[in-house]
Amino acid sequence: MEIKRKESDFIVTVSPHVRSVETVPRIMWTVVVSLLPALLCGVYFFGLRVIFVTALCIVGALFSEWFVEKLAGKPITIGDGSAFLSGLLLGLTMPVTVPFYIPLISSFIAVGITKQIFGGIGYNIFNPALIGRAFALITWPRAMTSWVEPSKMFDLNNIGAAFSNIGMWLDGKTSATPLGILKLEGIAKVFEPYAAKADLYMNLLIGQRAGSIGETSVIAILIGALFLMLRRYISWHIPVSYLATVGLFSWILGGKEGLFTGDALLHVLSGGLMLGAFFMATDYVTSPSVKKGRLVFGFGCGILTVLIRLKAGYPEGVMFAILIMNCFAPLIDRNLKQKVFGLRKGK
Amino acid sequence: MGLLTFSVGGIHPNDNKLYTANLPIENLKAPKQLVIPLSQHAGAPCKPVVEPGQRVFMYSKIGEPTAFVSASVHSSVSGKVIEIRNHPSSTGRMVLSVVIENDGKDEAVELEEDEDYINKEPDVLKERIKQAGIVGMGGATFPTSVKLSPPKEKPIDSIIINGAECEPYLTADHRMMVEKPIEVLEGLRVLMKVLGVANGYVGIENNKKDAIKYMVSACAGFEGIKVLPLKVKYPQGAEKMLIKSILNREVPAGGLPMDVRVVVQNVGTAYAIYEAVRYNRPVVERVVSVTGAGIKNPKNLKVRIGTQIKDVIDYCGGVKAGVSKVIAGGPMMGFALYSTDIPVTKGTSGIVALVEQGLTHYEKYRACIRCGRCIEACPMGLMPQMFSVYVERGFYEDCKDYNLFDCFECGSCTYVCPAKRPIVQQIRLAKTLVKR
Repeated sequence: MEIKRKESDFIVTVSPHVRSVETVPRIMWTVVVSLLPALLCGVYFFGLRVIFVTALCIVGALFSEWFVEKLAGKPITIGDGSAFLSGLLLGLTMPVTVPFYIPLISSFIAVGITKQIFGGIGYNIFNPALIGRAFALITWPRAMTSWVEPSKMFDLNNIGAAFSNIGMWLDGKTSATPLGILKLEGIAKVFEPYAAKADLYMNLLIGQRAGSIGETSVIAILIGALFLMLRRYISWHIPVSYLATVGLFSWILGGKEGLFTGDALLHVLSGGLMLGAFFMATDYVTSPSVKKGRLVFGFGCGILTVLIRLKAGYPEGVMFAILIMNCFAPLIDRNLKQKVFGLRKGK
Repeated sequence: MGLLTFSVGGIHPNDNKLYTANLPIENLKAPKQLVIPLSQHAGAPCKPVVEPGQRVFMYSKIGEPTAFVSASVHSSVSGKVIEIRNHPSSTGRMVLSVVIENDGKDEAVELEEDEDYINKEPDVLKERIKQAGIVGMGGATFPTSVKLSPPKEKPIDSIIINGAECEPYLTADHRMMVEKPIEVLEGLRVLMKVLGVANGYVGIENNKKDAIKYMVSACAGFEGIKVLPLKVKYPQGAEKMLIKSILNREVPAGGLPMDVRVVVQNVGTAYAIYEAVRYNRPVVERVVSVTGAGIKNPKNLKVRIGTQIKDVIDYCGGVKAGVSKVIAGGPMMGFALYSTDIPVTKGTSGIVALVEQGLTHYEKYRACIRCGRCIEACPMGLMPQMFSVYVERGFYEDCKDYNLFDCFECGSCTYVCPAKRPIVQQIRLAKTLVKR
């Protein structure tokens, strides 16, 4: 029954009577904005096709959300920014060369299956974007691992180049990612083209390397992440413990000349780690909500990432590491509660 | 040095105190008719000791306690008892109340002043406090005499006067500390004497700089009393938080302040104690902040107990058009009123009128996204989102695994929730449905 309120009537509810301005859509859209630097860097290095790949992921995500909710007779929530964000994140993890059906199908897997079938926002066990990407990687391993050399496709003196290859990827030098080279040919090969080690690190920071659309530029990702941290939308716990663990264990285990000889910096700056640590592992729904648990979660992600990179078949392990740790998030929350005020330990 | 505060949780809502923070306390003339509830405290209601038609004086006792945890009620004007009937209170319950027609003369029962009150025996002082019907005037309304009677095995070593006033909008305690600092400190001195305690503290949040200044300078003449500025953080005025902030002691779960040798009293209560032991004056009036965007002329008023809230609001120019909520108390823990035909009682620290801004209430809420904001906000270290999700599913008993009964319903979780979930409301529901 709807109750009509007269102008002179007071609203009666129980306290509290004031609420903060924060809302779920506001959070989601802010995270979307914080990813724009990474997206723009992608456009700069890989051309305007980036926009199309990302847009298809977003459209696919929004459509999937609408479609499943319509089918289930649930309220439509495509305005809350969550599906848009999942689509954008998925897009940022794609190689620029993918045929257009891959973004469309994997965004349905991401939002339609991983999120909506499990109950919609708040109820998914796994990070939707990462499941979408995992599905694509396993289904189309070739297409999902054809990388190209970044080539400043967006050059103001040669605007035409930016528009090349938009429909289907035709040219562009194919290349391997630094982690790919590391896996197949060893660390010497990674540094071979560079005069000094620092040149490679600098390229990794800027994003001048082969890789997924939004993962290459460490600086661009950090700008967005810093913005989110300053607004207290994400806490430092997961990213810091994740990055520190990767650094530490790749240093311990990653060397050819025995323990403690690995190149920690190379591992921390490469692959999808930055994007994963700041934007995927920190996904509220699929990570622990208590600070202590977040540290453990980041540690687990870190260990798994290093193990996959060094010992397993894939050159990169961020995606699988986070997905595996997603399963443990509820367990971590259950067992690492905060200390209750006034309660002594062991009680 | 950093300001003192409690360590876990807490929130920073806009304090909105500027409406009334700089306005001196005005006296509100007693209205033609007063409705004085016989239960204005936590504990057993009083039984009436007057009859309809009877003439009463100001300060006459009209309600007698029926149990240990109770507090007597006095007439706040002189006049005639018209009837004794049930009348709605600010919590929405019906309470037996004495309706008095004010004759406007304020003829008072003669009160005996005792200038040498501080040298009286603790028991004498305690009896005066009891006779005056003093209750916790911050809003919890627990009878003060009971708080001052801890069992022997629970010695007290510190008394804290709560000047945190962490609720947004309210400035009653603030003005009291600015205008009556000596009297408040005298009240504290009496409390220290009653409990035989050497350490007294006054905790004041740092958004009341003038109150801190006046209290610090007034404090110079008192031995063993410290005035401590506190970092602004809700819910610092909650007893457990305030004790943590000032003495770094943690009241054990399910326990009381006396379990860590502390008694906490509100600023208004300390003032009432001073009035009671020196002048033998019972509580018949209190300071009320009438404030919020919905009030035409916000004011701090000294109001006779039993004055209807509509009379108070009328004196402040009435409410503005578009008022959506009128609250007795602060906006974090106060009670929304459905009518202003409700009397001001000993626990009414404020009357706040809010206009609709989209932030006052939500009819719909979203799914929990497990963002952890409520966990970060909870001053008790609980996981409020678990209660919310369990209650939504009807798993009330499971709430006990997450220490349901340690929640004191400050509402911080609900304030911060971006999904606008009614978390504290769900917690209250669970508390009523689950056996301890």
